[in-house]
Amino acid sequence: MSQTQGARGDGLAPERAFKAICLLALALPLFLLLVLVGKAFADGWPRLTWDFLSGYPSRNPQLAGILPALAGSMCLMLLTAAIGIPLGVGAAIYLEEYSRPGRLTSLVEVNISNLAGVPSIIYGLLGLELFVRTMQMGRSLLAGAATLALLILPMVIMASREALRTVPQSTREACYALGADRWQTVRRVVLPMSLPGILTGIILSLARAIGETAPLITIGALTYVAFLPNSVNSPFTALPIQIFNWISRPQAGFHVNAAAGIIVLLAIMLLLNGTAIWLRARFQRRFH
Amino acid sequence: MTTAVSRQDLRCSRAVSERIIAGALLLCAALSVATTAGIILVLAVETASFFRDVSFAQFFGDTQWTPLFAQKHFGIWALVAGTFLTSVIAIAVALPLGLLAAIYMSEYASEAGRRVLKPSVEVLAGIPTVIYGYFALTFLTPMLQKAIPGLAGFNALSAGIIMGVMILPIIASLSEDAIHAVPAVLREGAFALGGGKLATIRRVVLPTAFSGIGASVIIGVSRAIGETMIVAIAAGQQPRFTFDPRVPIETMTAYIVQVSLGDTPAGTLEYRTIFAVGMMLFLFTMVLNVASHYLKRHILRGAQT
Repeated sequence: MSQTQGARGDGLAPERAFKAICLLALALPLFLLLVLVGKAFADGWPRLTWDFLSGYPSRNPQLAGILPALAGSMCLMLLTAAIGIPLGVGAAIYLEEYSRPGRLTSLVEVNISNLAGVPSIIYGLLGLELFVRTMQMGRSLLAGAATLALLILPMVIMASREALRTVPQSTREACYALGADRWQTVRRVVLPMSLPGILTGIILSLARAIGETAPLITIGALTYVAFLPNSVNSPFTALPIQIFNWISRPQAGFHVNAAAGIIVLLAIMLLLNGTAIWLRARFQRRFH
Repeated sequence: MTTAVSRQDLRCSRAVSERIIAGALLLCAALSVATTAGIILVLAVETASFFRDVSFAQFFGDTQWTPLFAQKHFGIWALVAGTFLTSVIAIAVALPLGLLAAIYMSEYASEAGRRVLKPSVEVLAGIPTVIYGYFALTFLTPMLQKAIPGLAGFNALSAGIIMGVMILPIIASLSEDAIHAVPAVLREGAFALGGGKLATIRRVVLPTAFSGIGASVIIGVSRAIGETMIVAIAAGQQPRFTFDPRVPIETMTAYIVQVSLGDTPAGTLEYRTIFAVGMMLFLFTMVLNVASHYLKRHILRGAQT
């Protein structure tokens, strides 16, 4: 499509200038991304030692480490996945494989796209009132994970539906012809075929969850935790919260810690997104 | 397609277990509706008890917001002004850059280039916002302070600019979708009439993609209003009714963070303020989301005719 170059206009100066401006507008944010990553590395790299990764928070910026935050984030991610994935994939299966077009289905669909636009801090308010207070989970890992699970639910549902939709209808019909019922078809054929796509969506959602700060602050995650979480009921902190805490302190030493924490967070994001991209590439090769 | 399957399916339904599974899956889907209901309920209940102590006149008729001080004022406009200011700055950055980037990707880049460029720009949307906050506070603000005298350490300007970078990929990506969806026939028609590339983009492509671009901008504004960490870190915690981008302000979201960080016991008026502010935030973003939804439907209808 983009090959339809206006041959006549190419020689004109305004045409060239406009193209250059467009290119600049595209290059600028990408350049900023590099500056941002470069700035974090320049500030935080020297601080990124084994002691930092395995240390506990401290009043002395040189001694402070991120182990409780790292452990908290990992536990949160696992719990969020355990709660959010079955619910999200289940909802997607219902909408794609079971529901009939009608009022209820379109209500659920409109609702999901609306939920995706609700600011994350609002989910924090919901979690605070529903999980922390009404269900008396306290300011625990479980309350945090339940909140994050609700937050990523729309993403998981939308990505899973898209993956389920790539399975050709004829495959399902072949299953039914062999005498399989609907659940057997879903479990043995449709789900395995769409699994890479679903996994990609799940990983991207978890990457979003692990970077979330605001809803966790709202439900009351701690900012100073000198112990590792030992159960789902234990109080916790998370990597982005630890980073935020260090940023909001005036001493420059803590800003260095924040930068080192940012490098760790970026590395986790890179790992998750890289996995998702790799999965997607495999997925595309298999179908096309 | 579905009816053909369901008719076949009736024959092979193995009654009970199949029903249980279908029921469980329905519950999963219903949970999303319950989430929305839960959000509205929680915000409504706490906001209602907030308004038992504070009148509408105090809330909507004042421009000072000091619920945590001895001399309490509940003028929401101070927080709304902060949110408005940072969002306007963000859109002023994200709209021109995002739209131009979208035009480049769709109209100038090769198909292979587009496949690389689009995900690269989208990387910016996936970066945790606490990282953007750090960048705004420790990089952009000191840099801008050299150029702009009187720029405070916490200010709406650098928080807004960085927020613009964050929402740029949303605008670029969704606008690119809209621009890419403009049928090639229209472009070729314009070329045949002697239009240059630039004239074609300006007179044919952009007007055709207008509602899609509009929807992307509205979603961008909605994100900017709901964005929390960048403003909480870099814009300050001083609610004030001002449109001066150089001074510390406080947004609605940053206020919720500020209260959450303190030890405010549940049931107090201070505690309820965050739900009242949350309600305002929810209503603002809801209106914008519905508007963009409507615009997108408009595109679909346009494409069919």
